[in-house]
Amino acid sequence: MRGKVLVILCAVIMISATISITIFLGSKGLQSFIKNGVSLIEFITSTHWNPTNKANPEYGALPFIFGSFAVTLLSALVAAPLGIGGAIFMTEIAPSWGRKILQPVIELLVGIPSVVYGFIGLTVLVPFIREHVGGLGFSLLSGTIVLSIMILPTITTIATDAMSSLPKSLREGSYALGATRWQTIRKVLIPAALPSLMTAIVLGMSRAFGEALAVQMVIGNVRNLPSSILDASATLTTIITLNMGHTTYGSVENNTLWSMGFILLVMSFAFILLIRYLSSRRKL
Amino acid sequence: MKSLKKFSLLTLLAALMVFAAACGGGASTDKTEGTDTKTNGQKNKELSGSLSVSGSSAMQPLIAAAAEEFMNENPNVDIQVQAGGSGTGLSQVAEGSVQIGNSDVFAEEKEGIPADKLVDHKVAVVGMTAAVNPKVGIKDIKKEDLMKVFTGKITNWKELGGKDQKIVLVNRPDSSGTRAIFNKFALDGATPAEGITEDSSNTVKKIINETDGAVGYLAFSYFTDNSVTPLSIDGVKPTAENVQSGDFPVWAYQHSYTKGEAEGLAKAFLVYLMSNDIQTSLLKEQGYLPVTKMKVERDAEGNQKDL
Repeated sequence: MRGKVLVILCAVIMISATISITIFLGSKGLQSFIKNGVSLIEFITSTHWNPTNKANPEYGALPFIFGSFAVTLLSALVAAPLGIGGAIFMTEIAPSWGRKILQPVIELLVGIPSVVYGFIGLTVLVPFIREHVGGLGFSLLSGTIVLSIMILPTITTIATDAMSSLPKSLREGSYALGATRWQTIRKVLIPAALPSLMTAIVLGMSRAFGEALAVQMVIGNVRNLPSSILDASATLTTIITLNMGHTTYGSVENNTLWSMGFILLVMSFAFILLIRYLSSRRKL
Repeated sequence: MKSLKKFSLLTLLAALMVFAAACGGGASTDKTEGTDTKTNGQKNKELSGSLSVSGSSAMQPLIAAAAEEFMNENPNVDIQVQAGGSGTGLSQVAEGSVQIGNSDVFAEEKEGIPADKLVDHKVAVVGMTAAVNPKVGIKDIKKEDLMKVFTGKITNWKELGGKDQKIVLVNRPDSSGTRAIFNKFALDGATPAEGITEDSSNTVKKIINETDGAVGYLAFSYFTDNSVTPLSIDGVKPTAENVQSGDFPVWAYQHSYTKGEAEGLAKAFLVYLMSNDIQTSLLKEQGYLPVTKMKVERDAEGNQKDL
């Protein structure tokens, strides 16, 4: 009985925390539109961001919204094949020794704090890209690479679980029909696990979307829309972390930062809805 | 997901702030007791209690070092110094959640701060100048050229007699105090062109050092080695003497704000910060200029006059 009360209490606390964050962020995030009269259309479609210009402040957050989506999608493009490939390796190709090596490696990647990723990116990756690829080094590409490595463990772990939870009968049935191992993986196992694999990718993407510190150190934080992958860019999270401490609570600048935070929350909800949709399709 | 965590923390902090504000003076930690101990032959009042200070991350090392020494002299005093940015410091001191709020800029310049309720204590001066990658090959720049560089009208250093290198701008965030001061006094209020933006001066220094043709701006205290080249402006070298005499234009006060006149422990600490000892030794060690040696002064509008 006491155990039941305890877990119900935990659940209630968690739910109310989430609800209060949503309410708080919603009311703070909408203030810049309601109280300060910033146009919502301008906020999400204009590319001119100049909040400190007293005479003519401009609040166009499109470059940051674009930057957030760009690094998220690009890093998912890099990390998804790697993560799913690693998962197939661990579950189908070399389940015993492969897992023994790859699992600790993945777990190690999770344990590294994001500031360390950022610092390695700033010290190693940025100069490398500047010298060998082009541009300034501070670029969407650097942000993408750092994020890909950061979300790799998320994708790999969930994909591995998905693959290893497939019933043995699927594999046996496929082999009984004379399919090779590769044919089994490609035609039977991947399609069967696809909804879970998609969930893995979406979860990785939502992590990438919210990451701030590591990206901030390598992306350059430029207000312009990037025209190539080697251009510096900025994301919603980097603009929030760069400016939050300097602005005063309640000012328009501060409120627009909360609005960006609210966009992140809305996106996070969207990602979760996507996951719910994907897992509801999952029928075995 | 990471941002969610951050926001929940902020929410919690905000909730705490509201709570602290609601509790009013009751929650304030400023419990100063001055007990005269003349009977022991000591003239000093023994201070005790605790003091919380927050604000400008640029001032944090200085205030923390001064607080350390102050606590050594007054063992019953506890001073907590937090960074967090000028905006945070001003907001918190106006709300009464800290006793001293540090800022790089005048409270009048920050939107949403009841500047008339705050009392300004200028505790130090910081000089700033443009810094370039040493390979650029110039050491002096005319102010109008500096403006052209930062507004993107000049894009190659060879136009200014330097190497044939593309100019790479390194900025600070929009709302940063350092950026505001540099824009106001070095660029005469011009809006700089887009460039890489970094929050920490150390990162700015690192980037300028590593990137060919890079130019940014740093406080004098960061010119400790040859990794970046500080620029003279219109032939005036960026030195403490030139700032003090008013010849070098790019400098700012470091402000400590209190809500209403400083009282008790906050007052004692501010007096201590202005003492000759701190102004001439600790400030210099930390790379600041003593405010007591200034021969010119400035108001919130940026008007300068001789003292």
